Amino acid sequence: MEFKQWDGFDKTGEWTKEIDVRGFIQANYTPYEGDDSFLAGATERTKKLWDKVLKLYEKERENGVLDVDTKTPSGVDRYEAGYLDKDLEQIVGFQTDAPLKRAIMPNGGIKIVEKSCESYGYHVDEEVDYIYNHLRRTHNDGVFAVYTPDIRAARSSHLITGLPDGYGRGRIIGDYRRVALYGVDVLIAEKKQELDILNVDEFTEEVIREREEIHDQIIALEDLKKMAAKYGFDISVPAQNAKEAIQWLYFAYLGAVKDQNGAAMSLGRTSTFLDIYIERDMKNGSLTEEEAQELMDHFVMKLRMIRFLRAPEYNELFSGDPVWVTESVGGMGVDGRTLVTKNSYRMLHTLTTLGPAPEPNLTVLWSKNLPEGFKKFTSKISIQTSSIQYENDDLMRVTLGDDYGIACCVSAMKIGKQMQFFGARANLAKTLLYAINGGRDEKTGKQITPKFAPITSEYLDYDEVMDKFDNMMEYVAKIYIKALNAIHYMHDKYSYEALEMALHDKEILRTMACGIAGLSVVADSLSAIKYAKVKVIRDETGLAYDYEVEGDFPKYGNDDDRVDQIAVDIVKSFLRKLQKHQTYRNSKHTLSILTITSNVVYGKATGNTPDGRRAGEPFGPGANPLHGRDTNGAVAVMNTIAKLPYEYSEDGISYTFSITPGTLGKDLETQEKNLVSLLDGYFKQTGHHINVNVFDRALLEDAMEHPEKYPQLTVRVSGYAVNFIKLTREQQLDVINRTIQEKF
Amino acid sequence: MVQGRIHSFESLGAVDGPGVRFVVFMQGCSLQCKYCQNRDTWDLHAGNVYTVEEIVQKVLKYKNYITPNGGVTISGGEPLLQLTFLSELLRALKKEGLHTAVDTSGCFSLTDKIKEVIDLADLFLLDIKCINDEKCIDLTSVSNQNELQFARYLNSIGKPMWIRQVLVPGYTDDEQDLKELKKFIDSLSSVQKVEILPYHDLGKFKWQELDLNYPLEGVRTANAEDVKRAKQILGIN
Repeated sequence: MEFKQWDGFDKTGEWTKEIDVRGFIQANYTPYEGDDSFLAGATERTKKLWDKVLKLYEKERENGVLDVDTKTPSGVDRYEAGYLDKDLEQIVGFQTDAPLKRAIMPNGGIKIVEKSCESYGYHVDEEVDYIYNHLRRTHNDGVFAVYTPDIRAARSSHLITGLPDGYGRGRIIGDYRRVALYGVDVLIAEKKQELDILNVDEFTEEVIREREEIHDQIIALEDLKKMAAKYGFDISVPAQNAKEAIQWLYFAYLGAVKDQNGAAMSLGRTSTFLDIYIERDMKNGSLTEEEAQELMDHFVMKLRMIRFLRAPEYNELFSGDPVWVTESVGGMGVDGRTLVTKNSYRMLHTLTTLGPAPEPNLTVLWSKNLPEGFKKFTSKISIQTSSIQYENDDLMRVTLGDDYGIACCVSAMKIGKQMQFFGARANLAKTLLYAINGGRDEKTGKQITPKFAPITSEYLDYDEVMDKFDNMMEYVAKIYIKALNAIHYMHDKYSYEALEMALHDKEILRTMACGIAGLSVVADSLSAIKYAKVKVIRDETGLAYDYEVEGDFPKYGNDDDRVDQIAVDIVKSFLRKLQKHQTYRNSKHTLSILTITSNVVYGKATGNTPDGRRAGEPFGPGANPLHGRDTNGAVAVMNTIAKLPYEYSEDGISYTFSITPGTLGKDLETQEKNLVSLLDGYFKQTGHHINVNVFDRALLEDAMEHPEKYPQLTVRVSGYAVNFIKLTREQQLDVINRTIQEKF
Repeated sequence: MVQGRIHSFESLGAVDGPGVRFVVFMQGCSLQCKYCQNRDTWDLHAGNVYTVEEIVQKVLKYKNYITPNGGVTISGGEPLLQLTFLSELLRALKKEGLHTAVDTSGCFSLTDKIKEVIDLADLFLLDIKCINDEKCIDLTSVSNQNELQFARYLNSIGKPMWIRQVLVPGYTDDEQDLKELKKFIDSLSSVQKVEILPYHDLGKFKWQELDLNYPLEGVRTANAEDVKRAKQILGIN
């Protein structure tokens, strides 16, 4: 391949012969080891534009949504061009024909679309309603057509929770950079070649499915070109400068979010890729630092305006209207050079030029070898905005190389070479209660699983409980994989992510991403049974509904091996049980310990537990200890969580850490340094992920009472960030009550 | 094995010495500072007993966080009251390559044993209770002559120290006294940092729990203005 748009690039390697974005980056990027002094502030255009966005936000908050198009089922190219202010916008494109106007995406399920519309006072267009209710099956209908009674029971009793059977699975990252580097026509040609590879003699079901998928991918790419053309751009060819590179890349991402209302629509790892174009433009004198920052600001502004139409129940699970436009920044290359560039700084700097925000979900890939200047810079931005999460690059690089990105909160995947089947999570706290009750639900008394022998003794015996818990986990693992197989079969069939998958290789690794909720509750419960005495309180039907703990016991989150080891064993054991079951498309079983904000909902659905937790109380988020159980300070918690084995939980282990500024040090400089030490320490300890919040409790309490004063207050919660004032009151209280560390 | 009486541990602190630090609060104090926020550390016979080895094991769990920029701070109570134990502990921590700081009043005469401990520690956090001796005796029941001598000795052997002044309105915030303090500090060349610790009454409940009258009842806590003023006089940031 040869394009004049590539003039000035180093052509070493294979990237000009085949699709190889990583090769292009490695041959062309400029590592940056300096500090943040080169950065420029927001331009006048940016300020004016952002002001308009803030005004729209305000209007949006009044009704929950600004506007909905109830007539046009969305797709890559279903809408006319839309603008915020054509004269000011350097990067253009909205999901519909107007900013913040939400689209309907009924391929996932028409009932959810109807419900979402109605909860905001809209009605789905009659014809659309008729088509999707009578003529065209949706993903949601497909799943429920095949669900078995045992899956339904496990689902409605909240034993398995949050399954993506009523919403888009998301967590697929298209390699949006390919569009900028190669132009769409090269990608189409590549896909045609793939079709040719699939012109085989044995025309099996698998081959046929794959041919149909690639066929759809080609259509999606054609649509992408048409969509960009409406905005006046020809993206069939490569981008020729930084502005075009950002625009092309954004169009590719925009196509994905026009097509799919996925639970997480992440961006990938784009900053350093874009830096190459910016550096080239600066070298030939066509771009200044101010202009470069402006382009990034306008790009990020667009990312902050991605919206999906979702039902209130969904918001209860994943509060604050999240999209998880996760962008992974930094990290180290396998050759030892840092992947930090000046544009890594610019990306994070948008939190200053535009102010804090939950989106894009900025994720710093941390290595002990990151340049000191960059470590200090990220630490400063964290202290000022509480809008960054950190993940352990040294841990992930081992298996994933140096061109992976984070989907959603903590799920790492090689960009363009890997995708996941998102699987929400199994409620292991409830599983433990079912083990004690022989599969009857502790709240309703209903028999949910097949009848196991319940425990009948007055006091719980550790070995007996472990034995029964093991059996019950075995059962849950089986039902869980059954459900996920059904969900992803139907998602592929009725709501296939054609554009996102068009930006992948033909041969990809698929993971079946299962999850655990309630880990700390189970660990504490088992610890109480083992080290204290737990008396069972039963009703007249023999149903255990409460527990009395006599004596003290080691609690998860205090760096105490006696209980931490229990948690480690559960993680290993549950993954092994999942691995016994055949997965859809032979996907690889993985596990996450991540709840997002759904720890509140899962807690609500779970009765009293043997650790003394009361019915309905929230679980700890992600891998966090239960609120108030950690009494040895934040680093003891870090040590506990770092013990959870990443090798058995490759889909991520989430820890949310909140601290007051004063605890970190007396002045900003000391605070910056100390936060760096903490992060270095946690990641050397092999921790995987950490959310960092730095604020005083009083600030959050004030924001609850006077939300109008805090339109941009951002708080990190289990793997993502939320706009604090968009949380429900219950979630706000949960965030406030969660231990804000006033000591380490 | 030598044993020490320990009041408590803080797995990490960021305000007692440079960087992120593991803090050991030792039990027992011979001063009677009216503003003491850890009244429960006075009793020489309370606390729990630990060996040096046990403490080192605890510290090592946090080695990844406290190296290379932080270390271990031994505070109290008054660490210099348990000299043998303290020197063993400092020796053991040094062997692990950890930076050590000792937080003391310095109200001791300079015996050989004290000098040995001074040699072993990397940094001293020295509380100058009050440069005005009359006020110092009123505030702490002890004269400041020993601690000033202690500071001069640290200076004479080039031992790094941080000088800390608790700012109690009406007691230690007199302009003349602060000027005197500045003069004293200026005469020492191994002072790396001067810190103003604004008086607060968060430790009051500890006195009440011990059924004791709180000596500074009615004295207001120091605010940001007070700190700013004191810093100006001392000529620090």
